[in-house]
Amino acid sequence: MSFRLPLAAVIELLGPVLLVVLVGLVSTTASASNEVYFLNALVSVAIVVAIYVFVGISGVISFGQISFVAIGAFAAGVMTVPVASKKGVLTSIFPLLRDHSVSNVESLLLAAALGGLFAFLVGLPLMRLSGLAAGIATFAVLEITHNILQEWTKIGPGATTLALVPETTGALQATLGALVAIVVAFFYQRSRRGRLLRASREDPAVARSVGVNIHLERLVAFTLSGALAGFAGALYVHLLGSITTEQVYLELTFLTLAMLVVGGLTSLWGAVVGALAVSGLDSFLSRAESGVHVIFTLNLWQGTRLVFLSAIMALVLILRPSGLTGGREFRLPRRLLRGRG
Amino acid sequence: MTVLASIDLQTLGDAFGLGAIYALMAVGIGLVFGVLRLVNFAYGQLIMAGAYTLAYTSGWPVAASVVSCFAVVVALSLAMDRLVFRPLRGSSPAVMLVTTFAVAFLLQAVALIIDLRDGQLGEVASSIAPLNQAVSVGGVDVRKVTFVAVGVAVGALIALALVLARTTIGLHTRAAATDFRTARLLGVRANRVIAFAVVVSGLLAGAVAVLLTVQNPFVQPDFALEDTIVVLVGVVVGGIDRLWTATLGGFAIGFVSVLVNAALPTDKTVFLPSVVYALVIVVLLLRPAGLFAWGRRATMERV
Repeated sequence: MSFRLPLAAVIELLGPVLLVVLVGLVSTTASASNEVYFLNALVSVAIVVAIYVFVGISGVISFGQISFVAIGAFAAGVMTVPVASKKGVLTSIFPLLRDHSVSNVESLLLAAALGGLFAFLVGLPLMRLSGLAAGIATFAVLEITHNILQEWTKIGPGATTLALVPETTGALQATLGALVAIVVAFFYQRSRRGRLLRASREDPAVARSVGVNIHLERLVAFTLSGALAGFAGALYVHLLGSITTEQVYLELTFLTLAMLVVGGLTSLWGAVVGALAVSGLDSFLSRAESGVHVIFTLNLWQGTRLVFLSAIMALVLILRPSGLTGGREFRLPRRLLRGRG
Repeated sequence: MTVLASIDLQTLGDAFGLGAIYALMAVGIGLVFGVLRLVNFAYGQLIMAGAYTLAYTSGWPVAASVVSCFAVVVALSLAMDRLVFRPLRGSSPAVMLVTTFAVAFLLQAVALIIDLRDGQLGEVASSIAPLNQAVSVGGVDVRKVTFVAVGVAVGALIALALVLARTTIGLHTRAAATDFRTARLLGVRANRVIAFAVVVSGLLAGAVAVLLTVQNPFVQPDFALEDTIVVLVGVVVGGIDRLWTATLGGFAIGFVSVLVNAALPTDKTVFLPSVVYALVIVVLLLRPAGLFAWGRRATMERV
């Protein structure tokens, strides 16, 4: 793999990177009650970019990526609760898990490794599927993961809330986490493997005829996406401080997929813009719902946040089916580049 | 053999009842998919709207209440087609599916606001609850609604099969489901066929709303959401490319989940979803084009 980057590629990467850094900087100036919205948006970026690595580049729909977020979140959560308080909150857990804890950074790495491992094992058989069959099979993975996390109390809190997780995802960790996801996704999609997978998305028959092993390329992307999703899950649990299995299940699956499609399914820039735009809109509406002055005073009727959010998402998709970015990577407007040759 | 011993006639009755309701939902989803190539995730919210209509008209005569339920569901179904499906025609499957997510959330959020006007979550649709009473058949208690569900499902499927086989609009619908563009070139009016499919799918949603509220009269904004997800899975497992394989898939997933639930030891029933979805994965891996799609090449190559 060569790391020689042409100017256009540097700009492609700088667009999302600067946008995320900007959000991170703004979050440090926000009040404590507002900061969480910005951090949430940054963690959403990490999750949506993880989904993009598989769904966007391969063109195969998956409803299963949130199961890797869930695994990452619970692995990182369970392993960072201080040993002293674990006996009290996680009563029936395996002794090995009960008697050990790891640091914040270790938990992020552990979550990425577990997410990647799990995605690899699941992807091995499942990556032979495409279209709706792939969508439903990955959805089945989500259901099974959720069911086991919720009922098997030897590996986690079961249906109760996992609390006392150190809240280490501040502005710095959220920004760096989102940046890691973006940079990994960027170099993967520019790599030889990423391009082969993209070719298989555009025309599977032709890609296969020139020797692309679609099953293998999809498996690589699925595993990488699983690792990033696990990592994002760890960021998420360290942001929330407590988590239940319901928070990493259906609603998050639909919301993050909607973010990706609203931004533009086929580009990294679309994943970042979609995540920030939808979480920004959601935060704005929930502030407005509680009648707080946001730019101008807007007093929304209680409960109307979801109505507006879903109506606006539906409207964007109907008016602009290729998403806010049109599925293109970030580029400077042409007149800025004129004369550069 | 303990597995078989635990499946008694009672369970079998329940399995047929749930299978019949899921089959009706599968037809509603499969018909729209046939002509529009759109997986309508918001189908469950049509049923939910019907259930709320039944709840809010509980004081009315049963017939009036049921008719208004059908009217609301069909009107909503047509509105959904006009406002959402029509502008989306020809979009990529992912965009269409995600837009129906958004529509589903929208309808659920609206329902929540309407429901919470009285300060309490949930409404009760009780006017047809007597159907929930059991009758004794050969020493086994079977709820009346099980017979009604199976009867309605069989009746509706026969009627639909006749319409599709014998009438012009049925012929046009089948042609459109096979190849929409060619059908249009040959003079099939796209909007009429789609309107037909949408209305029939709405009528079926209305029927399902009635049957489901009999079993579970407590109506909430997420009413029928879980059932819809399960049926969508069943439809794809059965084979979404054809209406009858989709219907069988819907029936099968309802039928099988009741049987698996009965066969699992009591302390293990919490793992029912895992068992059912593991079966789903196995079936999809073995037959990606659909469990019942015999005699056709797997669609895997088409991607």
